[in-house]
Order: sequence, then structure tokens, then C-alpha cells
Amino acid sequence: MVSCKTVIANLTNYLDGDVAPEMRQKIEKHLRGCHRCTAVYDSTRKMLVITGDERIFEIPAGFSERLHAFLDTTISRM
Amino acid sequence: MVEEMVEEGGTTERLLIPRILAGEREFFHELIRPYERGAFVLAFAILRNHQDAEEAVQQAMLNIFSRLAQLDDVDKFKQWAMRVVENEAKMYRRKRRQNLYESIDASNSDPGEEKTFRPRQFADWRELPSDIVEQGEVRKAIWKVLGELPDIYREVFVLRDMQHLDVAETAQVLGIGQSAVKTRLHRARLMMRESLTPMFAKPKRSIWERWKGMNPWLAAKR
Repeated sequence: MVSCKTVIANLTNYLDGDVAPEMRQKIEKHLRGCHRCTAVYDSTRKMLVITGDERIFEIPAGFSERLHAFLDTTISRM
Repeated sequence: MVEEMVEEGGTTERLLIPRILAGEREFFHELIRPYERGAFVLAFAILRNHQDAEEAVQQAMLNIFSRLAQLDDVDKFKQWAMRVVENEAKMYRRKRRQNLYESIDASNSDPGEEKTFRPRQFADWRELPSDIVEQGEVRKAIWKVLGELPDIYREVFVLRDMQHLDVAETAQVLGIGQSAVKTRLHRARLMMRESLTPMFAKPKRSIWERWKGMNPWLAAKR
């Protein structure tokens, strides 16, 4: 049985599918019986769905147009 | 025309870069288009101001154009370009601090880096609808929490968990090792989660509701 400390320490690798199968099983077994670690795991997963959604970025209106116009004028003078 | 060329095989960069270097400058617009959003996000995460981020990206793109011949591996254009953006944004921030006499805080490093981060918030998060990211207050909260992270964690988080670069690409952009990317990302995620938990936690049930849930007669009546 792995400890809470080990589970938390491996959480990022676990979420990214970057742990050995044996460790993965140990973590999953621990998660089934530990409410605290499950809360940390589940909330991290939910957070990553939000931050990974590209709608979270608010790009100012006209950003792209201004960028390309700027490049047009500066590059043509080079 | 560019699409046709891509279909013939190879990455867009491989086709565009030699032509730009040969003098067909108009292709530079196509080259950077897929990365301009990401460049803005990266610059904004560092500068935390729309106008500054926009100016830094413009300058960075110009630098990319003028240094394009120095890129030695065409297949690593994305990582190289993001590194130029990152450096430009940091330079811009340094200049701004000098002008405003802002104090340079210790955000470039973290004195507690070697210590293990221990979560303290264990509340369950509620189910979040997929359009929650369009809520202004949610976006604001994410950017605020992100802005409070020390640089070394924020940059890794933005590249990995917002722009979806892989570990190797992130390591190349930042000029650090892959194991450093992993440890910093781990800490960044835990810190972000810790700060965001009060906002996304399930509302606590009142004593009355909990009592109702335990009382078989009242529970049956519902």
C-alpha cells in the first residue's frame, strides 16, 4: 500500500500517463480508499480541463490584424 | 496554395522557411499565424497587461523574422519561436520595471523549491459545465492565480497545461531539463489547485440538510 505522500508526489506523472503500470495500480488502489487524495486528484483533473480550454484566453479584438499590419510596415522597410 | 504544398508532405514550416529566407517575405504571415495566439498567452502570463503583451508579441515576431536564418532545426520552429517570445516578454518587463521604479520581486525563483508542496484544501470540486471558461469571473480568477505563481512555475504551466506542448518541447523553450519541467509542473498544478479550490468547491450542506439526509422519515418524504 502506498502512502498519501507518495500518491500526491506522483500525481502529475499519473495524470500525464507517465508512471509504471505497477505504480499506477498502487495509486488507483489507494485512490479508491482515500477521500482526501481522491479530492486532490479529481480537482486537479477538473482544473486542467478548464486551463487547457483555449477559450480561457481572451485575445484582444483586432490583435491579429494589428500584428500583421505592423509586420507588413516594418518588414517592408528592412 | 500553402495548403496544397502541405498536402504534398512535410510540415508547413519546412516549406515556408526556405522560401521566406529566399526572399518571399509574404510567407512569413502564414508561418506565424498558427502560433500568434499562443505567443500572446505566453507574453500575457508574464506581463499581465494586454497592451504590453501585444507590443511584446509584435517585437518578438519581428525578432523571429530577422533571426530566422539562425534557426538550425526547422522542425523545432515552434519551440524556438516561443523562446523568442518568452525572452522578449521578460525583457519588456525588465524595461517596464526600470521605468516605473517597480521593485524586482523574487518571483524568478522559489526559495521553497526543494521542499515538497503539501495540499491543504481537500474540498470536493463541483461538476463544472464546459462553458464555465466563458464566464468572466472564472477567467479572471485563473489569470489572477496564475499571475501569483513564481515565474519558474507559471511558464511551465502555461506551456504544458495551456498550450499543450509536451515535456521535451517545454524543456527546449525554457532551456531546462525534462525532469525540471516535471517537478515544476507538479508544483505549479498543486499551487493552482490549492488557490482555486475555494472558488470551485461544492457548497457545504447546512446542518439542517445533513440532518434531513440522516433522518429516515424526512428522507423518505422527499
